[in-house]
Amino acid sequence: MTDHIETDVVIIGAGPVGLFAVFELGLLDIKCHLIDILPKVGGQCAELYPEKPIYDIPGFPMVTGQGLVDNLMAQIEPFNPTFHLNEMVESLESIGTPEAPLFRVKTSENGTTFVCKSVIIAAGGGSFQPKKPPIDNIEAYEGTSVFYAVRKMEMFRNKKVLIVGGGDSALDWTVNLQPIAKRLTLLHRRDAFRAAPHTVEKMRSLVASGDMDLHLGQVSALKGDNHVLEGAVIRKDDGSEHLVECDVMLPFFGLTMKLGPIADWGLNLHENLVPVDTEKFETNVPGIFAIGDINTYPGKLKLILSGFHEGALAAQKVHRYVYPEKKLLFQYTTSSTSLQKKLGVAA
Amino acid sequence: MQPVRRTLPRHIPESTQRNSRFMGVIHVTDRAGQRHTLEAIEGWRVMEIIRDWGLPIEGLCGGACECATCHVFVAEEWLGRLYPATDEEEDQLDTVVTKPNSRLSCQILWTPELDGLEVTLAPTGA
Repeated sequence: MTDHIETDVVIIGAGPVGLFAVFELGLLDIKCHLIDILPKVGGQCAELYPEKPIYDIPGFPMVTGQGLVDNLMAQIEPFNPTFHLNEMVESLESIGTPEAPLFRVKTSENGTTFVCKSVIIAAGGGSFQPKKPPIDNIEAYEGTSVFYAVRKMEMFRNKKVLIVGGGDSALDWTVNLQPIAKRLTLLHRRDAFRAAPHTVEKMRSLVASGDMDLHLGQVSALKGDNHVLEGAVIRKDDGSEHLVECDVMLPFFGLTMKLGPIADWGLNLHENLVPVDTEKFETNVPGIFAIGDINTYPGKLKLILSGFHEGALAAQKVHRYVYPEKKLLFQYTTSSTSLQKKLGVAA
Repeated sequence: MQPVRRTLPRHIPESTQRNSRFMGVIHVTDRAGQRHTLEAIEGWRVMEIIRDWGLPIEGLCGGACECATCHVFVAEEWLGRLYPATDEEEDQLDTVVTKPNSRLSCQILWTPELDGLEVTLAPTGA
């Protein structure tokens, strides 16, 4: 198979630090592709605290998580990076030499393959993944009857669907899957929902008209054979239990962060962090760098501004791998016409 | 199994230990079913007491009511003596599998009235 994307650098993680690395690489004429498991850019800033004010970004007395991401996107626009969202890097394989590193990077979802000269891991706390509820034997049904996300709605046509949760994901999919499911049941621990009011209202009217069921309680056990779900035992607050028949269960318990496949790439790890040097922020594998919250070194501070600095220094070493023959000239954006041309601001 | 420490966590000044704050105990049953009796200090969150004694409680968000990784089950007889859960705590409890006696231990501030409080660490998901 020769169908792959060739580029200078693959950046894993499109949070603030990954985004700013695009800028520092761009000034050095280095092209990159960014991969992120979330459907949007911005990482934790956009996913966990888009509205929360941040006070320690140099030059911004106050900026919100989303505001910072928007500004970074505007700042890197001249370099036109390619984003691959909703994809997780599954494997990272070294196919070069320590002197001339080359890597093959594969993602899970669309199975995109990249061949690149350097990899920058800017994955923060790891990849955002759905929280798995502690229900006995749930793993046996994952991928066949238990799904933590909806990829194709058609999969659920004419199925008895059990959705568990009370947030936006649970309510949105309840309303969206109800018309095509054979029967839809929503299960939540209490009769209060943290979702958009009109979606909650829609769900309530579907329950009132008898077109779906709402149960209050918790899944205490799963019933079925051979990875095929037949029903879920629901325990109510009063301790009573009853069975809800279902072919599929969709638990929506929010997101958590996991290191994920990074642990399998042959990198040294220290308590789920990637040790790097403080000159180039390179890992034990030449050509693989780690910047931002995912790395560790003596004196490390998990601040966004540290990640910006780390990206700038890593870019210097990446330049040597991408342009081994070229001498790197240190320049300022205030005075260098060549940098200003790259930024599209040259007079 | 983590041994239960007999001395107070080192970072508490000795003056605090002796004078100002009332101390008592809480009983914590871990996920293997072993019951530990831990010294408690007024003004500490139950999550902090459990974490400081080295029992496996994650407390990922540090007590900000943002993660539900300090989920515990409170013994029936103690439930009514706690301040009821806030909406914010209920929202976080929505992200784990609860029982009627589920609480987030970071939202329980230990006071002398809670001397002898009995909790069980909730299972963690994958």
